[in-house]
Amino acid sequence: MATFGYSLTPSSRIDLCKFNQEKWNRLVELESDVLKCMACGSCTASCTAGKFTRTSLRSAILYIQNGQEKQALELVQSCLLCGKCFMVCPRAINTRNLLLSINKIYSVK
Amino acid sequence: MIYEGKQKIWSDYQKDIPDDHYFYVRSCIRQSFFPASEQVFLDITRNRLKKDFFETEHHTTCGGIAYHSDAIPQETAMTIIARQFALMNKYGYENYVCSCITSFGLYTETLETWREFPELEAKIKEKLWESCKLEFAKPKYLAHASDIIYKFRNQIAQQAKFKLINKKTGEPLRVVEHIGCHYAKMFPSKGFGGAEYPYVLAGMIEAWGGEVIDYPERRHCCGFGFRQYLVQSNRGYSLSNTHKKFESMEPFKPDMIITNCPGCPYFLDRWQYVISEMEGKTYGQDGHGIPVFTYEEVAGLVLGYDPWDLGLQVHQVSVEPLLDKMGIPYDPAKKYQGVNGKDLGRPELPSCPGL
Repeated sequence: MATFGYSLTPSSRIDLCKFNQEKWNRLVELESDVLKCMACGSCTASCTAGKFTRTSLRSAILYIQNGQEKQALELVQSCLLCGKCFMVCPRAINTRNLLLSINKIYSVK
Repeated sequence: MIYEGKQKIWSDYQKDIPDDHYFYVRSCIRQSFFPASEQVFLDITRNRLKKDFFETEHHTTCGGIAYHSDAIPQETAMTIIARQFALMNKYGYENYVCSCITSFGLYTETLETWREFPELEAKIKEKLWESCKLEFAKPKYLAHASDIIYKFRNQIAQQAKFKLINKKTGEPLRVVEHIGCHYAKMFPSKGFGGAEYPYVLAGMIEAWGGEVIDYPERRHCCGFGFRQYLVQSNRGYSLSNTHKKFESMEPFKPDMIITNCPGCPYFLDRWQYVISEMEGKTYGQDGHGIPVFTYEEVAGLVLGYDPWDLGLQVHQVSVEPLLDKMGIPYDPAKKYQGVNGKDLGRPELPSCPGL
């Protein structure tokens, strides 16, 4: 590819039309806990691997709701499944199950 | 919805522009980017519409590029503009029409500034007298050249030899209209349809048979932005803007883009080449780019001008696929021939074959 002395920054535009209602319904069916999340960020703050990876369940849910599935998957696939976030969640969401379900449903193209 | 209320709002964004007798000023960059557009405008208005459009070789740039790049102060730009008005007065005209959107924005800004601060107008009068020994009176009416074509769009449609219709399928061509930011975003009441619903190009497209595409980033800037482009290290901003627009319009499968600004067609056209070289991606159908036109070029095509007389050979994205769709005849052998058959040379082919 040619270079011209400057670079192209991909657009950060969120296209809400890309939100996949079908996949979301399947996720809610499997893990209704996803509806309980209030995006407090305790899961991300307490993440064992958080300093070394981009794991963030809070951001992943937000990305899914914005139709940005690829970005959401990048955030859940680095999870070590230690379960610490499950212990700190003020809404008692089964975060490990939710992470696995997100990976399962949104990995399918 | 209260229908009368909508009608009132819409009427606030309409302009009643004079029919005839204009002092025409060219753009400083359009003649390089799109060399035939201004000549075609004058030919259409003078010879097809039988109107009085006067131009003089003594006018200069409006100073817009230097002003928006912070190279000259506003008072210098105002004095340049005052000199243009003095020329208009000298030749006996009261209606002023400019070819460039940046100029239109700057003239409007100047007139509005003088309306708000009359003492500044008095100061500029002094400056003009000191520098050029000239006096000026403000124009009675200021128009952009696209306003004129918009006003006479139905008369052009009546004389049309070709329509914005796919000759093979009989369906309207899908057209993206892109309006220069300085047309109505700064002073909404000065453009047809205001800043949110500018109708100047959409009206032409509808009158000539095409279908206007509404896409999410329709009102986004083309990315020119003066300092974004003029400094090489900043050009990524300009390119990313354009890229955002193309990503947004791509799903709507446009056949062509029409613009009314000097910078927009240039950047929407040239950045397609750069994106194809950097990313290996093209946005048109069948692996081609999307051809980009000025409104004068489209008016010329509709009226049956020879595509090569319209200067379409200097576009980055090939226009032939669109000419084929509209059923416009052209001689490929004459594409790179200038006046009296002079060879204009051949462009270096891009590595992305679709363009």
